[in-house]
Amino acid sequence: MSALAWQIAQILLVAVLAPLATGYVRFVKARLNGRRGAPPWQPYRDLLRLLKKEAIVAPSASWLFRAAPYVTFAAVWLAACVVPTFTTAIALAPSADLIALVALLGLARFWTALAGMDVGTAFGGIGSSREMLIASLAEPAMLMMTFSLSLVAGTTQPAQIAAFILGGDIGVEVSLGLALAALVMVAIAENGRIPIDNPATHLELTMVHEAMVLEYSGRHLAMMEAAAMLRLTLFMALISCLFFPWGMALPGDGPAAVAVGLAAFLAKVAALATALAVFETMIAKMRVFRYADFLGGALLLGLLATIFLYVSEAV
Amino acid sequence: MGQISYEVAHLLGATMLMAGFGLLYQRRLYAVLNTFAFQALALAAAAAWQAHVQHAPHLYVTAGIALVFKGMLVPFALHWLVERLGIHRSVDTALSIGWTMIVGVVLVALSILLVLPVTANAAALTRESLAVAMSVVLLGMLMMITRRNAVTQVVGFMALENGLLLAAVSAKGMPLVVEISVAFSVLIAMTLFGIFFFRIRERFDTLDLQYLETYRGDRQ
Repeated sequence: MSALAWQIAQILLVAVLAPLATGYVRFVKARLNGRRGAPPWQPYRDLLRLLKKEAIVAPSASWLFRAAPYVTFAAVWLAACVVPTFTTAIALAPSADLIALVALLGLARFWTALAGMDVGTAFGGIGSSREMLIASLAEPAMLMMTFSLSLVAGTTQPAQIAAFILGGDIGVEVSLGLALAALVMVAIAENGRIPIDNPATHLELTMVHEAMVLEYSGRHLAMMEAAAMLRLTLFMALISCLFFPWGMALPGDGPAAVAVGLAAFLAKVAALATALAVFETMIAKMRVFRYADFLGGALLLGLLATIFLYVSEAV
Repeated sequence: MGQISYEVAHLLGATMLMAGFGLLYQRRLYAVLNTFAFQALALAAAAAWQAHVQHAPHLYVTAGIALVFKGMLVPFALHWLVERLGIHRSVDTALSIGWTMIVGVVLVALSILLVLPVTANAAALTRESLAVAMSVVLLGMLMMITRRNAVTQVVGFMALENGLLLAAVSAKGMPLVVEISVAFSVLIAMTLFGIFFFRIRERFDTLDLQYLETYRGDRQ
């Protein structure tokens, strides 16, 4: 029964936290750039304003264009619900593993790309094409990371991996470090952050995600924006669940442990968001033709993680 | 204790291997030099760790040599050369970076498959270090093959030598004399390379070695 309650709490938590996390990243970036910046809660206001506005749809748009924001949002929200955040004792934890998570994110991406092409403008098409290029490189890297992680932990379920790492019979494992680096690189690419894509850009030639949602307005745009924010929070939750699960409550813990887990989760998200803002401020955007090198590097790290695992096993 | 010593050695070896891949990934000459310096620092740490684990004080000398010569002197000298020669700052590759990385992974797998069965009777620490060291050596060779610029080829050679030193420090009973003579011969090689850079540039106005291949001397 409590698993269900925690699950509902998590569903609400990720939805409420996502805009704040994104706003916080923007705020820190603005401060690092020497600007005052909008307060971290600005995305809430933006989303509310977009929800109130009229949604304008191009005459050439089909039903797919209208459905895509809701499907995308639902898929990402569901994905964010199954990754344990403050406790592993959530009702949906056994039903979803990392491979299903990749599939859910793939579904969201598929619909966004279709919607980008639906209206038939050039920018939507180029955005979709680039998004698919990134996806075709990022997904193998993510799966390779998953494989090496599941070879270590013996399972692909995030909750059990977290429990395994919390169990403590694991030392300085090189493979885990390599897998973490691979996941961070994939997360940067999937969320369209610098150096892959600039989330703040409105220069047509450089945008990827922005180009796909260019035709959206009103509540549709709000859904798309919220999905992007949720995806960022989801990856932060995934990184902290798989590699830094300390503080997280386990099944059978009381409300006090859950409160500690919640505080730890908020601290982890804040730390990761700050790190992301600092990293984005320090680095320049990459040329499109170098994406393959960057994500190939992530795939390579995942592969090396598996190879090192094999070495340790053989020794 | 045994577990921790094994894991730290594992970690340092993996750091060196990652730096080897970093050398292949970088596109800027200065970044290549910095990555090489980082690899040498990891080598020094690995040597110091082996000295601690094996209770072999002479390995601390090896660590010091790696730190001073390869971590500082050689990168500074190469920095100075690049600045002095005013050469192009980006790296010319004979094979695209993506393909180089794939070949690199294949080489790592190859050296693991080769070393592990051959050294079946050796201690775990040695086997693993040998596998990693051989990968670093092969990656250095790969870098020498796939880069056109003379400076990056020299960095590849030095990285190869880093791998040799890693293998040497993880095997027990390597005499200090050998290590010192290797370190000095590398330094002499470095000086020779420096002189050759100037000569090559004087002759061809570039450090791209593909011009050397077609050069037939003064008789046309």
